[in-house]
Amino acid sequence: MTTPVIALQGVAVGYGDRPVVEDVDLVVWPGDVVALVGANGSGKTTLVRGVLGLAPVLAGRVELLGRPAESFRDRWRLGYVPQRHTVGGGIPSNVQEVVASGRLARRRLLSRPTAADREAVREALEIVGLADRRQAPVATLSGGQQRRTLIARALAAEPDVLIMDEPTAGVDAAGQESLARTLTRLVGQGLTLVVVTHEIEPLLGLLTRVVELREGRIVRDEPLTPSTPVVDLDVARRNA
Amino acid sequence: MTGHSVISTVVADGPDLGLLHYAFMRRALLASVLVGITAPVVGIYLVQRRLALIGDGLGHVALTGVALGLLTGSAPTLTALVVAMVGAGAVELVRARARASADVLMAVMFYGGIAGGVLLIGLSPGGTPANLTSYLFGAITTTTASDLVVFGALSAAVLLVVGTLAPRLFVATNDEEYARASGLPVTALNTLLAVLTAATVVVSMRVVGLLLISALMIVPNAVGQVTATSFRASLVVAVAVGLVVSVSGTAASFYVDTPSGATIVLLAIAVFLAAVAFSAGRAAVHARRRHHASGHRHEHGPGCGHEALVHGDHVDYVHDGHRHAAHGAQYDEH
Repeated sequence: MTTPVIALQGVAVGYGDRPVVEDVDLVVWPGDVVALVGANGSGKTTLVRGVLGLAPVLAGRVELLGRPAESFRDRWRLGYVPQRHTVGGGIPSNVQEVVASGRLARRRLLSRPTAADREAVREALEIVGLADRRQAPVATLSGGQQRRTLIARALAAEPDVLIMDEPTAGVDAAGQESLARTLTRLVGQGLTLVVVTHEIEPLLGLLTRVVELREGRIVRDEPLTPSTPVVDLDVARRNA
Repeated sequence: MTGHSVISTVVADGPDLGLLHYAFMRRALLASVLVGITAPVVGIYLVQRRLALIGDGLGHVALTGVALGLLTGSAPTLTALVVAMVGAGAVELVRARARASADVLMAVMFYGGIAGGVLLIGLSPGGTPANLTSYLFGAITTTTASDLVVFGALSAAVLLVVGTLAPRLFVATNDEEYARASGLPVTALNTLLAVLTAATVVVSMRVVGLLLISALMIVPNAVGQVTATSFRASLVVAVAVGLVVSVSGTAASFYVDTPSGATIVLLAIAVFLAAVAFSAGRAAVHARRRHHASGHRHEHGPGCGHEALVHGDHVDYVHDGHRHAAHGAQYDEH
């Protein structure tokens, strides 16, 4: 039997006592490429933050890779790619440093990086096409390159799923193309993807499923195939 | 402090040995080496978290602890350490719980720290706010042998902790949310950093003054920030700058008879300004090259006559012997 990557049952997520999303039932299977769509304020980012442990789950059951979220320790298996265009704090850091930091959560305290650790980082840089920019300060990269740096950081941990928040926002057309190429390569390798997005066009060839949120509830959850009528997709776009 | 008569003696003895001839200067130089290395190592993570003013703030909170010690007859450094640690914990709590108004709450706490210190000093028999002055401005030249032992222990502890946890501190300060999502103990790491900051500030301010210790945590890292292209290089630059300015500032204050703390801080700021000027000059050169590249009459494209080279995810066009890559509306030189 296959274990779901993410399984939500009657889940509510919010801040303080106020739920932003409610009554969410959602199962993401290995190999799924899911777009989580919805208008601003529909709760899609909040839902993802609940899954990632960044926002409190107020009700329901969250299972991650077959374990209840409360006892799920290997959080690095969910590869989080945040939305922010900018990475790095007050001190400049280069691509290599940021990507290598993604490997850290699965390394033991006080251990030196092993050959496998270094290989995973090298491979992550390779797959997003930034191997030749490893010495570049992240702040000097374009929006698309920064997004690919964050993807590589998540990939360095060799996660079971990538959870991306608005990966195409603020990325120019050329950047979106190479982003889509990178994601296609990853999906080809069998990686599960959950993408929170306003615009599904750049990822159309890739997605296998669309989940739509409206006012904190799931209103649509259906497979996406090349034969899905364009009219249906417009619903997602109109609400975006 | 040292008078001009001392200097003439030094010159007579030979200027090279002059400084080291005096035990108080040997201690001062050793203290400046320790503080010059340790302060930037803690400070880099504060700059990374965009909390550059936190060291100064915790020092203000510690003043209440100093006064409490003087009032109750306990060791002021100890009471200051306890109060500063409580303050550091409060800062973390405020930042976690009240994100929007965190900066205002911190300001309230820091002003309260100074006011509390001055008030409690006034209550203690024979105490005047002047008692607090040495904690604010200090003088590295007054370092005693036992100060050096405490300093050495602090430096060893800080370097050991940061040395073993450096990668984790980097992730937690670089991208707190990502670190949390990937399961790292971010709250514990933040608290540890706050404790290290409080300990560094309190132990050092007794000897070198709050001004010097809080500036040495930040200004060398400001130099790293404008000159380096990686975190590691930035740390190396900051420690080098911290070491050089604190040792040379201590030496300079001996020769020209200026207050040591202020001398070191102004030296560090001079280095920072030089670094800013240098990197601004470098950026101007870059911009001029870029302008040259963007000044072309036509847009490169397939069949434009310039040789095209696929370069990673984009195409470069060979032009006058160098390569141009479209970058937004401009061309980068490759």
